[in-house]
Amino acid sequence: MAQMNMVQAINSALDVMLGRDPRVVVFGEDVGYFGGVFRCTDGLQRKYGEQRVLDTPIAEGGIVAAAIGMGVNGLRPVAEIQFADYIYPAFDQIVSELARLRYRTAGDFSAPVTIRAPCGGGIRGGQTHSQSPEGIFTHVCGLKVVMPSNPRDAKGLLISAIEGEDPVLFFEPKRIYNGPFDGDPHKPAVPWSSDPRGEVPEGHYAIPLGKAEIVRPGSAATVITYGTMVHVAEAAVRLAGIDAEIIDVRTLVPLDVDTLCTSVCKTGRCVIVHEATRFSGFGAELSATVQEQCFWHLEAPIARVTGWDTPYPHAFEWEYFPGPARIAAALRAVTERDA
Amino acid sequence: MTQSRLHIPHPPARPGETPDFSYLRIPPAGLAGRPDILAPAEQIETLGTGMVRVLDEHGQALGPWNPHLTPEELRVALRHMVLTRRFDERMQRMQRQGRISFYMKSTGEEAVAVAQALALRPSDMLFPSYRTQGLFVARGKSLVDLMCQCLSNTRDMCRGRQMPIMYHWAEGNIFSISGNLATQFPQAVGWAMAAAIKGEDHLAASWIGEGASAEADFHHAMTFAAVYRAPVILNVVNNQWAISTFQGVAGGEQRTFAQRGPGYGIPGVRVDGNDFLAVYAVTRWAAERARARGGPTLIEHVTYRAAAHSTSDDPARYRPKEEWQAWPLGDPITRLQAHLIALGEWSQERQAALEQQLEGHVTECWKEAVSYGTLSEGPTLDPLSMFADVFAEMPPHLQRQREQLRRLQQQQATAAAGSDAVGD
Repeated sequence: MAQMNMVQAINSALDVMLGRDPRVVVFGEDVGYFGGVFRCTDGLQRKYGEQRVLDTPIAEGGIVAAAIGMGVNGLRPVAEIQFADYIYPAFDQIVSELARLRYRTAGDFSAPVTIRAPCGGGIRGGQTHSQSPEGIFTHVCGLKVVMPSNPRDAKGLLISAIEGEDPVLFFEPKRIYNGPFDGDPHKPAVPWSSDPRGEVPEGHYAIPLGKAEIVRPGSAATVITYGTMVHVAEAAVRLAGIDAEIIDVRTLVPLDVDTLCTSVCKTGRCVIVHEATRFSGFGAELSATVQEQCFWHLEAPIARVTGWDTPYPHAFEWEYFPGPARIAAALRAVTERDA
Repeated sequence: MTQSRLHIPHPPARPGETPDFSYLRIPPAGLAGRPDILAPAEQIETLGTGMVRVLDEHGQALGPWNPHLTPEELRVALRHMVLTRRFDERMQRMQRQGRISFYMKSTGEEAVAVAQALALRPSDMLFPSYRTQGLFVARGKSLVDLMCQCLSNTRDMCRGRQMPIMYHWAEGNIFSISGNLATQFPQAVGWAMAAAIKGEDHLAASWIGEGASAEADFHHAMTFAAVYRAPVILNVVNNQWAISTFQGVAGGEQRTFAQRGPGYGIPGVRVDGNDFLAVYAVTRWAAERARARGGPTLIEHVTYRAAAHSTSDDPARYRPKEEWQAWPLGDPITRLQAHLIALGEWSQERQAALEQQLEGHVTECWKEAVSYGTLSEGPTLDPLSMFADVFAEMPPHLQRQREQLRRLQQQQATAAAGSDAVGD
């Protein structure tokens, strides 16, 4: 075991896979010589050479298209989109091509591409460096969508993504690259070394996609969330003093419906939390699924706590961010209501 | 004060007007020089302004680009081109009879796909556009397979998931055709980059129309190909028309499409796309260059879309009906045929016999293809198969949805059996 922050854990996953599988190639803007603007690919070009870890032109559509072609030609490309906010120039290549290649060719062609993209706010990034676009991609058939909440999961899930046969969008909440974040920007930053989830095995291990994790068992309500908001939800549960069960979805597609719904059927109350905007967000899918599967066990309406339906504002970041107070209020609302 | 006005490109002639191709600069056959395969792009820019032509109007092969193919090789090429045209015409008729939902002919452009498929190695990967069916024909894909795809029947390679003509052929190294134009262009570059990363000597080739060259994918493909000197041949098939839109609207009015190459550091070669020998020779040059680590080549094929864009299109609404007859580069099949006759290696009688034989072959293939079902009359594949191949393994939510459809089908079958019983 080693202490790693999420950047180091991701770097370690790439290192392990580059070392194990000669088909793995890593590329994107600034990922080669420099090692990435967030340092996730630091040292990899020196170790594996320029043919396998390379800088690309600033062209997200070209990056994903090249990854598809490489995947078709037997490689396992791991492409970095520098910020999830920059992914839209690649939208056609992801949605029309990458996601549906296996389907449209009845399995004769496929491209096992992993696309990594730092996402989320809380870093004073304004509306072009703070977005959480995961919900858009969960609506596309043929993509797996992952968002880890800690270093241990980040490494194991990324290794699964690279080893799998399907295209994966791997969103990395950049606010928790260096440490867990409980939603209070005024507290001193906490490093991952203070959290057991910063204990990461050094070698190869895989955490299967499609499995949620109960990060805090509880009986009074269920909080379904992922990414940075896992830690914010933990703070909210402490703040509200409510014995809620917190579930980290980890993989949005395919979704671990059983773990989610078993919990809600047990607690009868459900709060769904994500940083992304609310309208048609992934929380709507979670809410509908819970309602369909747990209706007769629900004691209160399902609550959603999300970013407001505005672009991410630079100056009003903490009014926008769905912090512990809002989650705690939702927890009180769903638990105070009598059956 | 001068007020700004948009410049709107116009084709030289609209319906009812006299066709006019004076905008095309067409040098005589044999004039263009053939540079060294490793010549720097900036030293051979004239290849993008002129036009590589080998066959003259008398069927003679002239100049340094003559690939000196054997008569037998030329006859094979002619056969592929004629077969492509016979196939197209049959499928068009079958669409008109309602047997298939849609079709796109490549009439007038057969030399591009057939010459390039023959000039490349079978191990080279082809990323086709929707009007390069000659690639499949020249590489030997069975017409029955192509027809079954158009019919969405039980032998459809796409298992009923794609509209007609969106073929692919993994064993034949031909990638899947996408309805989203130009996406394959940068994908081909990625494939070629992988070949280089692996240290192989295979190359990739891709095709788009001049219209789709306006997409960002064109720029991505050119940039990545140039930056990494990827072993790839990027082809712009300039057939003058993108549905109703004249090539000037795609940006072809001021400069040729080939001239875009040198701006990226890529040689741009403009070739007579209806001259089988010229297309073959230019492709061989580009392939040798790519295999010698010389990097990519952009080829503009000057040709004419003789048919409608698709079976859903009526070109009489936007261009003169006589344009194809007035097209100065002629018909690629007639020109290759004239060359073989000039060589004393072919005759009108042999041509007639070939046409008849291939027409018979197409008929036989169609009979076999429809025996595996048609979209309207069946049999088709089991609709439950629609849930396969979304992912490598079917996740739980798709298993549940498939089960839902299965139960619905079962209920409908039971209900139908019940009403039959009442009817009896």
